[in-house]
Amino acid sequence: MAITVRIPAPLRKVTNDKDRVEVEAENLADMVDAMEEQFPGIKERLLDESGELRHFVNIYVNGEDVQFLDGLETAIGASDEISIVPAVAGGQS
Amino acid sequence: MAYATALKCRECGREYPTDPLNVCEFCFGPLEVKYDYEAIGRSISRDSIQNGPITMWRYEDLLPVDAANAVDLQTGFTPLIKATNLGRILGLDHLYIKNDAVNPTNSFKDRVVSVAATKAVEYEFKTLACASTGNLAGSVAAHAAKAGMSSYIFIPSDLERGKVVGAAIYGPTVVAIDGSYDDVNRLCSELADTYPWAFVNINMRPYYAEGSKTLGYEVAEQLGWQAPAHCVVPSASGSMFTKIFKGLNEFEDLGLIPKVNTHMHMTQAEGCSPIAAAYEAGTTRVRPVKPNTIAKSLAIGNPADGYYSLKVIEDSHGDATIVPEEEVVEGIQLLAENEGIFTETAGGVVISGLKRLVERGAIKRDEVTVAYITGNGLKTIEAVEELVNPIHISPTMAAFHEQIPNP
Repeated sequence: MAITVRIPAPLRKVTNDKDRVEVEAENLADMVDAMEEQFPGIKERLLDESGELRHFVNIYVNGEDVQFLDGLETAIGASDEISIVPAVAGGQS
Repeated sequence: MAYATALKCRECGREYPTDPLNVCEFCFGPLEVKYDYEAIGRSISRDSIQNGPITMWRYEDLLPVDAANAVDLQTGFTPLIKATNLGRILGLDHLYIKNDAVNPTNSFKDRVVSVAATKAVEYEFKTLACASTGNLAGSVAAHAAKAGMSSYIFIPSDLERGKVVGAAIYGPTVVAIDGSYDDVNRLCSELADTYPWAFVNINMRPYYAEGSKTLGYEVAEQLGWQAPAHCVVPSASGSMFTKIFKGLNEFEDLGLIPKVNTHMHMTQAEGCSPIAAAYEAGTTRVRPVKPNTIAKSLAIGNPADGYYSLKVIEDSHGDATIVPEEEVVEGIQLLAENEGIFTETAGGVVISGLKRLVERGAIKRDEVTVAYITGNGLKTIEAVEELVNPIHISPTMAAFHEQIPNP
């Protein structure tokens, strides 16, 4: 069952201007690999050399930051809403 | 604008034109404005600044927009007040309060928004927007009104009433979201990709953030063209904290002040202290938290500039202090009762944090210290409401004498 992933503007050059892409995956690590097959180059944008999420990349599953879930091991399914969002933005101070 | 030459990724160094961009396409790193400092150096001097307007726009050479077109509510050049009474209590001979609560919408946010709104007009955006913990909301709505733009304000639904009203009165569309600031921020990041709006703290962020540098410039100028030994600063995203230090260092690099030996002290409330916790743990990887603090203006659990704030702490030989929740209100009272300045909860965090810094010997009696008060107490009445008990009497002398026998 395909999962829809929302793509932020800075990544859309890699996804041929698509703002959402569909992949087959059971967790986020698989999702990144599956996206890399469709859109070569996207993986290095999301993960650093050690395979961790880059400092400034946030992934949310149903609005929850995956750092509060199981990180890249977080299980996902077709009904989940997945968003990739740049970390930059801030409030008061 | 004259001196801003490009946007540069703080992580990988890739450069971009000065467009409404905030994120590097390659590594997602934040973009920062790059300037032609040689040209600025030929233009700027203590005299040129002192002959400028008595607002933040006296530092126009160091801001990334053309001051002639500024969306300006007369922000900045706020008082730097010698805090003799509070200094005596804490044991500091040279304590100053930078009272930035007296800006047009009663917080330091007018500095950043004035720059962002000016840039938004330059780019011909019709709508100004923001994700806000409260102070930004009012400032964005006011500047949009001044600029004749429409505005959308996104806030967490549990915000203090004063902040909601203080934004709504300017006529924006206010959207209260069931969730934390971090939820609001995430939604806004996605909205910013969808609608052609100038989100001041998202797609305008590189320009917006530069406005906070003026908090460094002003303090240095007001201290007689020198940097203080210590700055005590509240932090949510950490952006202002980094920009104060940047401002001081730019002044040094331009020869406007002597060498900067300023220790940057961050303060956060216990219920949302992800940056201070990373400092204490000795790591630069900030772990996000779920905020639960009385200091709602500081309630950002996933701070965008956390990493860079920790670098500033390291570079300035500063530190970070976690203030227990119960001390936030004590800090508000300490400042109000001794200096006649009523600050919001973030200021309470600063004053209680300052007290702790002195107690643990991080700040010495004879060192010039500046505490940054960035928001007005009338915005967070709820935090202190229970502490005040006016005496109710009928309008007679007898009633007065009965209640207050020995005035």
